[in-house]
Amino acid sequence: MYQFNYHRPSTLDEARSLMAGAEDGVYLSGGMTLIPTLKQRLASPSDVIDLGAIPGLTGVTVNDGTVSVGGMTRHSEVAASEAIPALADLASRIGDAHVRNRGTIGGSIANSDPAADYPAAVVALGATVHTTNRSIAGSDYFTGLFETALHDGEIVTSVDFCVPDAAAYEKFPNPASRYAVVGVMVARCGDCICVGVTGAGACAFRATALEEALAADFSPGAVDGVGIDHSEYNSDIHASAEFRGHLVGVLTKRAVATIA
Amino acid sequence: MEITLTVNGAAKTVDVADNALLVDVLRESLGLTGTHVGCDTSQCGACVVHMNGDAVKSCTVLAGQANGADVTTIEGIGNPDDLHPMQEAFRDNHALQCGFCTPGMIMSAIDLVQKGGGALDEAAVRDGLEGNLCRCTGYHNIVKAVLAAQSST
Amino acid sequence: MASETGIGASVKRKEDARFITGAGNYTDDINAAGQTYMVFVRSPYARAKINGIDTADAAATDGVVAVFTGADLAADEIGDLPCGWMVKSKDGSDMVAPPHPPIATHAVNYVGEPYAVVIGETLEAARNGAEAVDADFEELPAVVDLSTAASADQIHESVPNNQAYDWELGDKAATDAAFDSAHHVATVDIVNNRLIPNAIEPRAALGEYDAAAGTYTLHTTSQNPHLERLVLAAFVNVAPEARLRVISPDVGGGFGSKIFVYAEETAVIWAAGKVRRPVKWRAERSESFLADCHGRDHVTTAQLALGEDGRFLGLRVKTKANMGAYLSTFASSVPTYLYGTLMAGQYTTPAIYVEVQSLYTNTAPVDAYRGAGRPEATYVVERCVETAAREMGIDPAEIRRRNFIQPGDFPYDTPVALTYDTGDYEASLDKALEHIDYGGFGARRAASESAGKKRGIGFSCYIEACGLAPSQVAISLGAGVGLFEVGEVRVDVTGSVTVVTGSHSHGQSHETTFAQIISDKLGVPFENVTVLHGDTGRSDYALGTYGSRSLAVGGSAIIKATDKIIAKGKKIAAHMLEAEEDQMEFADGTFTVADSNQSITFGEVAFSAYVPQNFPLEDLEPGLSEKAFYDPPNFTYPAGAHICEVEVDPDTGVVDIVDFVAVDDFGHVVNPMIVEGQVHGGLAQGIGQALLEHGVYDDAGQLVSGSYMDYTMPRADDLPSFTVDTTVTPCTHNPLGVKGCGEAGAIGSTAAVMNAVTDALGVASVSMPATPETVWRAASACGEAPKAPKEGE
Repeated sequence: MYQFNYHRPSTLDEARSLMAGAEDGVYLSGGMTLIPTLKQRLASPSDVIDLGAIPGLTGVTVNDGTVSVGGMTRHSEVAASEAIPALADLASRIGDAHVRNRGTIGGSIANSDPAADYPAAVVALGATVHTTNRSIAGSDYFTGLFETALHDGEIVTSVDFCVPDAAAYEKFPNPASRYAVVGVMVARCGDCICVGVTGAGACAFRATALEEALAADFSPGAVDGVGIDHSEYNSDIHASAEFRGHLVGVLTKRAVATIA
Repeated sequence: MEITLTVNGAAKTVDVADNALLVDVLRESLGLTGTHVGCDTSQCGACVVHMNGDAVKSCTVLAGQANGADVTTIEGIGNPDDLHPMQEAFRDNHALQCGFCTPGMIMSAIDLVQKGGGALDEAAVRDGLEGNLCRCTGYHNIVKAVLAAQSST
Repeated sequence: MASETGIGASVKRKEDARFITGAGNYTDDINAAGQTYMVFVRSPYARAKINGIDTADAAATDGVVAVFTGADLAADEIGDLPCGWMVKSKDGSDMVAPPHPPIATHAVNYVGEPYAVVIGETLEAARNGAEAVDADFEELPAVVDLSTAASADQIHESVPNNQAYDWELGDKAATDAAFDSAHHVATVDIVNNRLIPNAIEPRAALGEYDAAAGTYTLHTTSQNPHLERLVLAAFVNVAPEARLRVISPDVGGGFGSKIFVYAEETAVIWAAGKVRRPVKWRAERSESFLADCHGRDHVTTAQLALGEDGRFLGLRVKTKANMGAYLSTFASSVPTYLYGTLMAGQYTTPAIYVEVQSLYTNTAPVDAYRGAGRPEATYVVERCVETAAREMGIDPAEIRRRNFIQPGDFPYDTPVALTYDTGDYEASLDKALEHIDYGGFGARRAASESAGKKRGIGFSCYIEACGLAPSQVAISLGAGVGLFEVGEVRVDVTGSVTVVTGSHSHGQSHETTFAQIISDKLGVPFENVTVLHGDTGRSDYALGTYGSRSLAVGGSAIIKATDKIIAKGKKIAAHMLEAEEDQMEFADGTFTVADSNQSITFGEVAFSAYVPQNFPLEDLEPGLSEKAFYDPPNFTYPAGAHICEVEVDPDTGVVDIVDFVAVDDFGHVVNPMIVEGQVHGGLAQGIGQALLEHGVYDDAGQLVSGSYMDYTMPRADDLPSFTVDTTVTPCTHNPLGVKGCGEAGAIGSTAAVMNAVTDALGVASVSMPATPETVWRAASACGEAPKAPKEGE
């Protein structure tokens, strides 16, 4: 690691002012991505601002059909929550036990790793991302590879999810890293069907062609007729774009079968 | 910077660099070399310790994040004359060969069993140990040991 | 007889007390006062000329103690890293090994090759310094693809066609004739994937120099510290052996990768003398991926000729073996004497011809990895056999039975230079078939099919040759070292025993197994036996641990030394009991005069040896400490039958190993618990090769699978519990009748898995590793390739 100044503010305001004053600061939440990056000297921030001591940023609360997850809530806590079983299931499959004991939802979605799990839920469960500055619709939040709608210095304080009538998350893990090669969250809310896909593209997205087909016929068989365009999908030694495209279909079917 | 933490039941104050990791504090500042480093991508689990009651990878925790924490390492759970049931199960089931992954594996296994509520089956143990790599045992005897420890506690 | 702790008992391990309490003592746990830290500056290119290296900024970096380049080592006459086995080509010419300076001087030839070292007061300072080293590289096109390497750009000036050697074994004419008369020929094209060993403890070294004495001490993660010392002294020229001590403390796994003498410990120990301070290095895992020797990496075409009755008539094998950029310590022997010689497998194939062309590429050096040559050979033979069975419509178990060497045929001379001493291959196969419930496979397959899955079963009946020997034969074939082992049994004054073995334990459990042998043979309580190893300052010149040799060779040396102890003890006891030496008998820790009630304990004899009042000093030296060197007369030949049953999800290509049975014949077993553990670990690595692990370089020679994020290590949830059993035909030529168990799992299992996967899919072949995408593609293109009939179907 390069040298940096470590800070552990106790309020959001203090954190933001430290960030504003830093030459090249970075927030630290769970650190599951940031710390390995620092260790390998792939980043050289001047200041690391640890959000871990700021009260009020953790916990899962349910209110009027909305589940609110504090930005610093660890994956293990979401995995143990009951309001949206599919979300808990998703969280229980992030990384490994140790990652789940440290990693946070805010850190995960602020990083916008194309292979992270949470983004599938953010786009599929009508999420709203609350930050220190504003609220961002889940569908507008991910903007590209490791890119989000967040501005400099903005901190994710909580993420609200709509409780669906039914939902299921299906993941095809990378055999080495256990990130998602493809992860699909299918949610049904009345007549509305959402299919959130992570792992396949530069960032999480909704598979609208699948949603339309499933809205017309919510059955696994409905997926068969949908041509999945994988031309822009990711490709690596673990899965070609074509295989990812195939997996999007397979996982969607399995999620639908779980719900239907 | 100075941090204070409880390690294996004793309060410790150490002066560390801002970019120090918890594993550096344990191995270098406190001489607790039972916690090992086997990778640089937070995958292998040789460095697992308990922090505030949870199994964590101490190579992926900054020293500052551990300020004020209660940390337990392999050295803190038992000794040759008074082994923790998980240590005993590892020995009795030949769940270790070279011993390098063992401290992290045992610390993960303890956390897994504690949180498993006595209901772990083989699949759950295998799933629960996915964050710990062992190159020697093929995991067969580790799984046996964890299930045995669950039954004995 | 101490049956609870003697030979044959599953004694709990002595080692465990320290390992389960965090009290192990690995190289990185050791620190020396005033130590400095070394960082290697590594090539970012697969192939480049070095036009210059500017170290000024690095040297001026805060906290940097020294910066050295290859030129500094050369100026100190530090030599190249040698390869210890001379292999000759078909035409009789010597293999061609390029110069291999520990720190590159004029060119770099693989990504990760070190070209400078920086020593810092702290690791961070050394890293900062390393980033400030400025090299002027002229990048050249990399040679990465093994299949075309012979016709690609020449990597080394001294190596035409990038060829190390073009080797052959066997009778070409007889093999051609066998093919001419064949009823059927089965052909397989195989890529044996590159593996990266990944012992969980990264390599490390701590070098110290005592200026007053002029001596060096190197703590390092070596499987064979004496070999390390020999090479550093005789070839690399660090210091004479007498002034160089190499200590391998607790070592966290090796699997072959820690046999070799590497640039890193060479630079560490040399630099300790230069800076006159201790120098420490521990590999980052990403360095391990780049700079540890890799394993396997063959491209092979093989053909099996069969008669109408399914009898094997001839085998023809043509292999290209990837050596990487340089010839590592034992690299040349792996695809030759540890590969071609195994092509008979368990079968009576009368004519075999093997050709191996070993080639250089701009990749990390490739050397022995668990099994070393024998997994590759097993894979060739067992894929051929399985393919032939399917093509000829013969049950895969039956075709093997028809061709097994029979128990009455031993000693059996194969057409590829080995003489098997003993075995009963059908016994292992029968037991394995019973465990897997072969008769029930048809029903299980049907059940899987009705659940939308594809089920397959695969066999592998492997042979291995362990305890490489004898020295004279191996040396005549090019080995640069002897292949014996040393063992010393020091009886203490009070009758407890200290054993010093040349074998090194890094997971193999020698401290326990060897203590069991001593306890059993001398009747000394198990807890009163201590086994020491891993220190050139403690034991005589030794060869260390590789090739599943520790018990068969190292254990035999201990038995020989123990026999000397007993013989001397009998002389002492005879004197004490006023009897004739030839009247003395020894059992269960007691010397007895035959046919009498006169006896004396081992402890009393030991005491007398050291407090020699009632002792024949005129005829006998005092003391009770003996040493023996044991040079085996032959290899040992463990063999067994592995059967794997898989279920494939055709939609995702995921292969689930639903059952795995390994029945192995290791001869006599000292500690069944430990042996089973060795098999489990080997199976995991063999299954890892089949389904998960792959060292991948891109066209530019960059290692794509350079971390655990991309190199798929087998994890607990990738593997099943295994069914492990043994049969026993004792080795005929060592005192314990043992054969070696360390590599069998890795040797037998890979072919069993791939035979099961191809059986499930009904395809002729699937390349390794059989990743989900690979399997999905094979399943999607599922043709009507033949499936062999199975019993019960």
